[in-house]
Amino acid sequence: MSTATSLVSYEDALEKYDPVMGLEVHVELGTATKMFCGCTTALGGDANAQTCPVCLGLPGALPVVNAKGVEGAVRIGLALNCEIAEWCRFARKNYFYPDMPKNFQTSQYDEPIAFNGHLDVEVDGEVFRVEIERAHMEEDTGKSTHVGGATGRIQGADHSLIDYNRAGIPLIEIVTKPIVGAGARAPQVAKAYVAELRELIKALGVSEARMEMGQMRCDVNLSLRPHGREKFGTRSETKNVNSLRSVERAARSEIQRQATVLDDGGSIVQETRHFHEDTGSTTSGRIKEEAEDYRYFPEPDLVPVAPAREWVEELRAELPELPRVRRKRLQQEWGVGDHEMQSALNAGAIDLITATIDAGAPADQARKWWMGELARHANESGTELDGLAITPVQVARVSALVAEGSLNDKLARQVIEGVLAGEGGPDEVVEKRGLKVVSDEGALTAAVDDAIASNAAVAEKIRGGNMGAVGALIGGVMKATRGQADAKRVREIILEKLGVG
Amino acid sequence: MSTDLTRMTAAALAGAIASGEASAEEAARAHLDRIGAVDEKVHAFLHVDTEGALRAARAVDAKRAAGEKLGPLAGVPLALKDLITTEGVPTTCGSKILEGWIPPYDATVTKRLKDAGVVVLGKTNMDEFAMGSSTETSAYGPTGNPWDLTRIPGGSGGGSSASIASYQAPLAIGTDTGGSIRQPASVTGTVGVKPTYGAVSRYGLVAFSSSLDQAGPCARNVLDTALLHSVIAGHDPMDSTSIDAPVPDVVAAARQGREQGIAGMRVGVVKEFAGEGYQAGVEQRFREAVEVLRGLGAEVVEISCPHFTYALPAYYLIAPSECSSNLARFDAMRYGLRVGDDGSHSAEEVTALTREAGFGDEVKRRIMLGTYALSSGYYDAYYGQAQKVRTLITRDFDAAFAAVDVLVSPTTPTTAFPIGERVDDPMAMYLADLCTIPSNLAGNAAMSVPCGLAPEDGLPVGLQIIAPPMADDRLYRVGAAVEAALTDSWGHPILEEAPSL
Repeated sequence: MSTATSLVSYEDALEKYDPVMGLEVHVELGTATKMFCGCTTALGGDANAQTCPVCLGLPGALPVVNAKGVEGAVRIGLALNCEIAEWCRFARKNYFYPDMPKNFQTSQYDEPIAFNGHLDVEVDGEVFRVEIERAHMEEDTGKSTHVGGATGRIQGADHSLIDYNRAGIPLIEIVTKPIVGAGARAPQVAKAYVAELRELIKALGVSEARMEMGQMRCDVNLSLRPHGREKFGTRSETKNVNSLRSVERAARSEIQRQATVLDDGGSIVQETRHFHEDTGSTTSGRIKEEAEDYRYFPEPDLVPVAPAREWVEELRAELPELPRVRRKRLQQEWGVGDHEMQSALNAGAIDLITATIDAGAPADQARKWWMGELARHANESGTELDGLAITPVQVARVSALVAEGSLNDKLARQVIEGVLAGEGGPDEVVEKRGLKVVSDEGALTAAVDDAIASNAAVAEKIRGGNMGAVGALIGGVMKATRGQADAKRVREIILEKLGVG
Repeated sequence: MSTDLTRMTAAALAGAIASGEASAEEAARAHLDRIGAVDEKVHAFLHVDTEGALRAARAVDAKRAAGEKLGPLAGVPLALKDLITTEGVPTTCGSKILEGWIPPYDATVTKRLKDAGVVVLGKTNMDEFAMGSSTETSAYGPTGNPWDLTRIPGGSGGGSSASIASYQAPLAIGTDTGGSIRQPASVTGTVGVKPTYGAVSRYGLVAFSSSLDQAGPCARNVLDTALLHSVIAGHDPMDSTSIDAPVPDVVAAARQGREQGIAGMRVGVVKEFAGEGYQAGVEQRFREAVEVLRGLGAEVVEISCPHFTYALPAYYLIAPSECSSNLARFDAMRYGLRVGDDGSHSAEEVTALTREAGFGDEVKRRIMLGTYALSSGYYDAYYGQAQKVRTLITRDFDAAFAAVDVLVSPTTPTTAFPIGERVDDPMAMYLADLCTIPSNLAGNAAMSVPCGLAPEDGLPVGLQIIAPPMADDRLYRVGAAVEAALTDSWGHPILEEAPSL
């Protein structure tokens, strides 16, 4: 087995091989109740408090389809340019697992509710069309927690706990057709696709699609084939990748890993793999020596779903402005280039920026804060932007404080840090930390005098016309005022005092 | 009180309770006493809920005392098949794997019975998970046929049929997947109806084969059966396959049949259900019953249903396939038996050990058959093909009902066979359902009504009447007419011929 040190570089891998991907995204719908019973889907309930005979799979219990779940599926299908089935059924996917109450998952098999669609995504300003194979309805399983092992995995655990609150929550599984021709940009395409899909889901209002909370999860199936070969290689299936960044990293890491195996003369094993955020690589999960036989058959406890054409057309007419169209509009309004817009999308910042603008901030400021300081924080803490403990309204407030001259950029960054650290809203943080631009002329003049007095040589240079030396004096004043001085004003006072400018 | 309350019809008993001649508590006690006296020999009950029955009876008496209007069966005791969930009362389905399980909820059938003031005496014995035609596959031992305790009472609902034939209850509920209400009725000289699929809610019926299972009424005469039918039937939003349409007026139909007869009705005799494998006395009594129908003014014709010969093999693919999935939930994780949970076995091993110990041979046989039939590569040849046969059988029925109002046949090819005779010969056992299975596959309505005793063994023979979906009232009209004519000719109800226990 290859070690990290002998890993083929990404460039070398792409030199020899053509990656083919298939992406399977599960989205938890934000319906009030579960897919087949009336239990609430609210997060944060006590374990197993949100269950009933149906979602616990008790003997005799029967499912009833959640009409809102079907509506959500149809709307997603329409937004993905899919055909909507005139008649389709649920099917049972049979396999044993303790967190699955009935030991079959009520899903759809060969009759998905939506099929044959596409989603256009942008990578480096170019549009890439991802073909959609299908979108189908199913239910989530319970959640297992393995206790007593070192890894949190079932191996080595001494017991496991199961919470069935999640069992039966509606899921839409969206499956792409094989994504070919992306070449070196395959990982970016994967990320852009999931990002675009997430925007779409949020725009439809069918789910909050928060990946860090498992409301949206992506399986990355990837294989390599030598350039020029028609036939796909053997694929690996990297399961439950739960951030946009990880989607890209997982695809990238799989390309390198598989290329390394193939270059060594080895062959790729068809298996599920787990992606690790810390190392950015995947490890082997379950080997699928032969395709698992789920013994699908039509669910006899449910009647077929036959969405009326008129209803489908009503839903189509009510579709919101789609994210790409909306982005084009916003891009114009904000006056930014393709690249900036794409970065904002990939960072999941579009809605946050929009909300910040809505709260009164100028577009450039809103974008600057979210894509600069806040993106850096999110990156460092490994969360998504919308997972940060700051709201668009608060960001707009910081921007307003800067605009009115109460804060400079440096102080504004400290205010944001304070808000993120839970010290309160921007005004509270300003108050508590004493972060105000010193605009008291007297205090500033005194600080400038001190700086000139203790840096006579520098002052002399400035008097002699070396304006480059002004920075050193400003620095001294900023230091003395703990960064709270308005640097522009300080410069003016220095030049005045020294009789230049 | 000189009248023996256990010998009364349900209609008469309800009348006596409503008029105050007897109390519901007296009725319950009389039947509980009868159970105490004879059930050691018959073994119809798996669980007698003495306290619950008395409590329910007293509630009816209290309602009457308060002047509240009582339903037509208020205060009448009933024996409930142990496949139907009862809150707080054990439900085992005749299986060790559910030993000790106390359901936290009532089936819709249970709820409707309780709402109607019907007093549930206890839970009746059955073939394990309703898989059998003799009640011998019960994990809790066989039930005796009150006509001859060494013979089977039919199955799977042998406990229900035996309880009413032995006057332990005037009413019982059965479930019929391939004949489990009708064949037991036939061999015990009682009446049983499998209503149209979807007429009675399946919510709370522990599923054997979801697309075939149907609960229905059992009693000692047609009118009582109709009264019970109208209590349990009707749309239930908790069962997606429940029919949202008015229940035909089966009580009026039973009265009409008894009082006005069936002149002008067209009756079809199913040509395929005769000949080899049919006991001579069964064929004789059946022919005589057909003559009675003709004598009552019905127009009798012979009808060929050529695909009925494929019904049995199709059934033995569909029912096991569905059961293999339905019974997957018995995994020892949440309820019921748990074997091997001693800290040395994994969850998967505990599931396997529990299923090994908890399921009987017939259940295992069907789970294996169904698992195989649904396997990838075999699905089309087995499950898929069986579904096509199902369509052909439905078409046979459609063609027949275009020509006649009802079809008739013997309910089962023989009278009650000795306990132990077919237990090691599954094929012989399966043949007991030869005539009843087509109605389950097509989802229509069918009744078994006594038509005499076979001359060679003096045991009851049943006449099966089949009506189109949602024309259940025709069963009652024809059944009541033939019952009245035959009872007149015998001079008393058939059960009076049965030996006293």
